[in-house]
Amino acid sequence: MDGLLYLDHAASTPMRPAAVQAMTPFLTDCFANPSGSHRFARTARRAVDEAREQVAVSLGVLPGEVVFTGCGTESDNQAVTGSVAHRGGVAVTSAVEHHAVLDPVLASGGVAVAVDETGHIDLDELTRVLRSNDTVSVVSIMTVNNEVGTVTDMAAVSKVVRREAPGAWLHTDAVQAACWIDLREVTPLVDMLSLSAHKFGGPKGVGVLVVRGGAAPAPIIRGGGQERERRSGTSNVAGIVATAVALAETDAERDVEVERVSALRTRLVESISSSVDVHETVPSSASVPGVAHLCFEGIENEALLFLLDTEGVCASAASACASGAMEPSHVLAAMGLPRKLAGGALRLSLGHTTTVEEIDAAAQAVVSSVERLRGAR
Amino acid sequence: MRVLVGMSGGVDSSVAAALLAEEGHEVVGVTMRLWGGDSDTGCCSVADVDDARRVAQQLGLDHVVFNFSDDFDERVVSPYVEAHSRGVTPNPCIECNRHLKFDRLSERARVLGFDAVATGHHARLERDSAGRPRLARGADRDKDQSYVVHMVDAEELERTVFPIGHLSKAEVRDHARRLGLRTADKPDSQDVCFITSTGGRERFLGDRIPLRSAPVIDTEGRHLGEVPSVEMVTIGQRRGLGLPGGGPLRYVVDVVAEPEPVVVVGDGADLLRRSVDVESVTWVDGTVEGRVRAQVSAHGPAQPARSVVTDEPGVIRIEWEEPQRRVAPGQSVVLYDLDDRWVLGGGVARR
Repeated sequence: MDGLLYLDHAASTPMRPAAVQAMTPFLTDCFANPSGSHRFARTARRAVDEAREQVAVSLGVLPGEVVFTGCGTESDNQAVTGSVAHRGGVAVTSAVEHHAVLDPVLASGGVAVAVDETGHIDLDELTRVLRSNDTVSVVSIMTVNNEVGTVTDMAAVSKVVRREAPGAWLHTDAVQAACWIDLREVTPLVDMLSLSAHKFGGPKGVGVLVVRGGAAPAPIIRGGGQERERRSGTSNVAGIVATAVALAETDAERDVEVERVSALRTRLVESISSSVDVHETVPSSASVPGVAHLCFEGIENEALLFLLDTEGVCASAASACASGAMEPSHVLAAMGLPRKLAGGALRLSLGHTTTVEEIDAAAQAVVSSVERLRGAR
Repeated sequence: MRVLVGMSGGVDSSVAAALLAEEGHEVVGVTMRLWGGDSDTGCCSVADVDDARRVAQQLGLDHVVFNFSDDFDERVVSPYVEAHSRGVTPNPCIECNRHLKFDRLSERARVLGFDAVATGHHARLERDSAGRPRLARGADRDKDQSYVVHMVDAEELERTVFPIGHLSKAEVRDHARRLGLRTADKPDSQDVCFITSTGGRERFLGDRIPLRSAPVIDTEGRHLGEVPSVEMVTIGQRRGLGLPGGGPLRYVVDVVAEPEPVVVVGDGADLLRRSVDVESVTWVDGTVEGRVRAQVSAHGPAQPARSVVTDEPGVIRIEWEEPQRRVAPGQSVVLYDLDDRWVLGGGVARR
């Protein structure tokens, strides 16, 4: 899309060309169902098997621990709902989780634990909750927050969970983590981990659920018994192949990208904050490099997004509801951010295609839009 | 001109957007999300937003959704509920126009650099001989909505467009069919948008305020029966009072909410009044005294009357030429010129 300044990578990042190239044969010539018993099916089957191995290597797990699903939300839902369905008991999560975790937890009568003003889970509160419920079946804490970018110390969370609720399965929603954090360091700490391919250069419509350490969430989609009875439905061969390629590439480039994008984010935030009054919601040291979450006091984020859109800047504020309207952010509310700041929230998220030119032009557009809205009051 | 068009997902606002675009204006469609709760009757359900967005796509227009649900709750729904507990019959559509469409939205449009806000109301902008803007009735007298947009004053009118005000409803639908819009045959919205047809007003109010039973008495104080919830009773009402049939026609002539709820019924003559006091009055272009026409419901006739300014700011007395049925407190009274063409102003009937 020419003329677009795309700073919404946390919503979806462009597919990596190598992933597009890898999936194309499976959309055209090699269309077979990998569950079939003929040679044509075996070609597809081999592609899925190899992709599973590649994903397992990128995540530091065994191939048998990788389950392909239809999206990150499905993975999250299965981890929570499937665990409660399998073992009963209570699900515990944090108050700033994506709705894909928060809603199934609350729907099953679970508990959401408070966070501090940077969005980090309150480990003392988590300890209290785990102690006061002796039937905790699953704890789900996100690795990276999708709105403000806060990184969770999963080692500390894991320690608390193992100590206070040794029987509970620990799940992490790592959907926003893959580009910035080596997940080989996370998987040993947890029993389940969710990913979404389109957040790291794969296609939409593919999720990953890692299931290990004896965890066995019940399937939420039943049928032909694919994915070792853990997720039925014909394998999305092309999507799975592309996912593996995108994840491997992301993994290989991660160290360089973290450094490059961190510098871009610093440039973006400094350029904006040197011109207009702005509150950086989470200090950059606590956040992944890809997210700059800013609050402009006295500004309505719908108006700001509209002006940015006019300037060709793609950004986001809170999450959008079914109608497309902006909903007040449960994340910012849980962090105790005053409404006058939360109402002017803006998430600029960077990714593998972000350039310095894009950053400079976007910063200029943000500054001029904010100045215009403040002048109009 | 750069115009922000309010698109509810109905046929009127769909065609309003289409006509402006055809005239070559730079048009952006906006759907206001107003109500977070269940809604199956009026605007702002997800299905209506889908219709609005799809029509905008068909017309090649940008479409956005603004979430004004906090304002709607504060300025429309809460006062609506509170009014019922006082025995008052509010008009939430008018309050929505006053506070949301022609205040919140028009202000947002101004800030975002739009020259005007357009809506699909059946009303017209005309000019008097001096070139002053005048708010006129829609061409389709049956569908005329000048009553519900009477608060749009001259200054606001200069920044407001009613693109379908000169058309009949049939012509609006013809345009929609000509353009192949999916809303062409969509039924007109009915009733209050935030109240579901399944639950109804009684359940909506009952979920929010205590509904109190009340004795029904006649003007001599004789006890005739009982209604289950006084909050559901409106002045002028004839049915649903639990009175035995066969007798003379009885109308509700008064609803008392405090200290003890009472419903008073009487015959048609007991309902007649020579005047009504109107508060929170707004004028399209300055105060008007003397002979006018006054309309007390969305599609009722405008009756000859006199507008008399009182000592109290924002309050006028409307003196009817011929006695008229009592106006329920909370209902809007809208004044028109003697030709019954231009809105002069309006306000809310007081107790």
